[in-house]
Amino acid sequence: MPEFLKHPGESSNDSLSPEGKAAAHSRRSFLFKLSLALNGVVGAALAVPIVGYLLSPTMKKSSGGDLGVGAWVGLGPVTDFPVGETRLVDFVSPVKSLGDGETGKVACWVRRISAQQFQVFAINCAHLGCPVRWFSESKLFMCPCHGGAYYEDGSRASGPPERGLFEYNYKLSNGTLTIHAGQLPTLATQASCSEKSRPLVQIKPATENTPARSTPWQA
Amino acid sequence: MASLKERGTAAGLIVFNWVESRLGLIKPTVAAATHPTPSSNASWWYVFGSAATVLLMLQIATGVLLALIYSPSANEAWSSLNFLNHNVALGWYVRALHGWGSDFMIAIVLIHMVQVFLFGAFKFPRELTWIFGVFLLLLTLGMAFTGQVMRFDQDAYWGLGIGASISSRVPIIGAPLVHMVLGGPTLGGATLSRFFTLHVFVIPGLLLAMAGLHIWMTLFHGVSDWPMPGRLVNKATYQREYHELAEKTGIPFVPDAAWKDAVFAAAIIFSVMAVAFFFGPFGPGGPPDPTIIQTAPKPDFAFLWIYAVLAFLPPSIETPVMLVVPVLAIAGMLILPLVNGEGERHWAKRPIAVLMVAVIAVSLGIFTRLGTYTPWSPIMTAWTGDPVPPQYLHGRSPLERQGALVLQNKQCRNCHSLDHVGGQRGPALDDVASQLTEDQIIRQVLQGGGNMPAYGNALNPSQTKALTAFLETLRGPDLAPAVDASRKLANTSEMLVPPASIPPAQRASR
Repeated sequence: MPEFLKHPGESSNDSLSPEGKAAAHSRRSFLFKLSLALNGVVGAALAVPIVGYLLSPTMKKSSGGDLGVGAWVGLGPVTDFPVGETRLVDFVSPVKSLGDGETGKVACWVRRISAQQFQVFAINCAHLGCPVRWFSESKLFMCPCHGGAYYEDGSRASGPPERGLFEYNYKLSNGTLTIHAGQLPTLATQASCSEKSRPLVQIKPATENTPARSTPWQA
Repeated sequence: MASLKERGTAAGLIVFNWVESRLGLIKPTVAAATHPTPSSNASWWYVFGSAATVLLMLQIATGVLLALIYSPSANEAWSSLNFLNHNVALGWYVRALHGWGSDFMIAIVLIHMVQVFLFGAFKFPRELTWIFGVFLLLLTLGMAFTGQVMRFDQDAYWGLGIGASISSRVPIIGAPLVHMVLGGPTLGGATLSRFFTLHVFVIPGLLLAMAGLHIWMTLFHGVSDWPMPGRLVNKATYQREYHELAEKTGIPFVPDAAWKDAVFAAAIIFSVMAVAFFFGPFGPGGPPDPTIIQTAPKPDFAFLWIYAVLAFLPPSIETPVMLVVPVLAIAGMLILPLVNGEGERHWAKRPIAVLMVAVIAVSLGIFTRLGTYTPWSPIMTAWTGDPVPPQYLHGRSPLERQGALVLQNKQCRNCHSLDHVGGQRGPALDDVASQLTEDQIIRQVLQGGGNMPAYGNALNPSQTKALTAFLETLRGPDLAPAVDASRKLANTSEMLVPPASIPPAQRASR
């Protein structure tokens, strides 16, 4: 407790004169300030690896070149996907790592428009990421969380989403459908790199979207 | 010769003196515990803070017990919870205590906050106590959210996805922030590890330190005196008045006031035990496998109101509201004692404070209630699970019955109810023909609008014809069919020319 300890200036063991005590005190407080500065330097040096370690998830290890995080993943032979149908496909994430377990699996909706034309949608709703379900009869994707709905081409139909479904880039090689996957699709981290050139947040009310579609009931 | 009792007491005193002369904490602690407090606040209204502290102790104890078994790995977490539930003796009960303890703690912390607010106890000199209390509330909610993640099931997985999606809406740093939250590009092992670190190390450390400071400040300033209408807080005189009150009416906090805290704490802990015993642990729900999409993710009770608010925000203002309103709300709570640190403390003289509590409580209650049954969500199985009520098919023509079939097959029921069964996203269809004319029904179905998608691509003309015919029969009890008010006008002015005014030649040609 402080009351048991004498103030340094009152030390009885000290045989110095008052001027000598003042000089010693001044020297010691300078050394204390110096030690604070020294700890500041060491602390800053220590902070570099610690901050680097903490921020490491945000530093992109771009194995996919200009496509960003991730890699190309095969979804199976194109013959698995009948023209005009939309099917749920599971694959293992190319960035799956130690201890991911079942969370390393990913699902996506594959829509085959024609022999060579596909659309591969992320299951994650563009609103808040819940898994959308395809209803082939009403040709809609519906989200269970807040009721977002999308048309078969992935465009926004109704509800709170501000844009259509996220799409993966795909290519066909040797009769196999391959997509580029690797990060959780959100408004800022979209599945398709082609989206990156667009603004991060696209706000389109439903009413503006509708005229852009070919008037559906005449199609 | 001294009796056995006297010798025992003397030995005890020697041990006590030996420890206290080295530790030096027992006497100050006893002095703090028995400090005089104004007798007016030895009240049942003043027991919530201590109850929250006791619940925090329960959470720490049960949390440590769960950590003996729980495996914080995305690979094993879900299985280890099932193992706790079914294979570890009383594992289910410790999980239940921890889960229900968290709900009780949020409730008690909120009640404590409302009590302090209504009693004006946040005013001078206890401003910083309130500010630390706001941080304690946020940390408690942080424990609740990260704790929901620990229950690594479907709801936890998609709840994290919702968290990532909200983070992604932050301008400029959205993408790095998502990766920061997830611990990598996807939601997986790294995500669970960092939420485990938050739940077990970071937030509890902050929570304990903050709670310690919060309690220290309560001791330092004394428990706030019972508010009296007309007794104003004045920075110049309050502390002198408080000390006079404590001297005049003071009773030792322990035991004269603290027995109520102790009784209430025991009642709360016993309630947690009872609720945990009768209702059991929370989940875990389905496995955290993102390829299982037959799921309707929902957050825990404390966050249902947020989930509901997110369903109602229009897309155009959703991101700004999501990012700005929480900041404003927290800032408002933090600066409250700084801008309102003096004056009237009694609730009867602070109508706006009472009104605010009422409005906030009712709003949270309504949104939480809505969150429990999510009327905005389509019911994914209604189209196959909920048949058209038989009374809507009696005496209908084949075309109309065909239309009922179209209504089911095209999943209309996922969003529209018939006879109170089906989705509630869209309006009930029981009296649709009394609301819309045939033309309006056709237009609405094909073009959509409001919150309804366009079905023009999903219906062929004959299906549309049948569906409209069926919907036209749905008029509700004894209601007239909807009519187009302008149709009669149009007919009168153009079509229905009185026969007499038409020349015979034209009449013949008709």
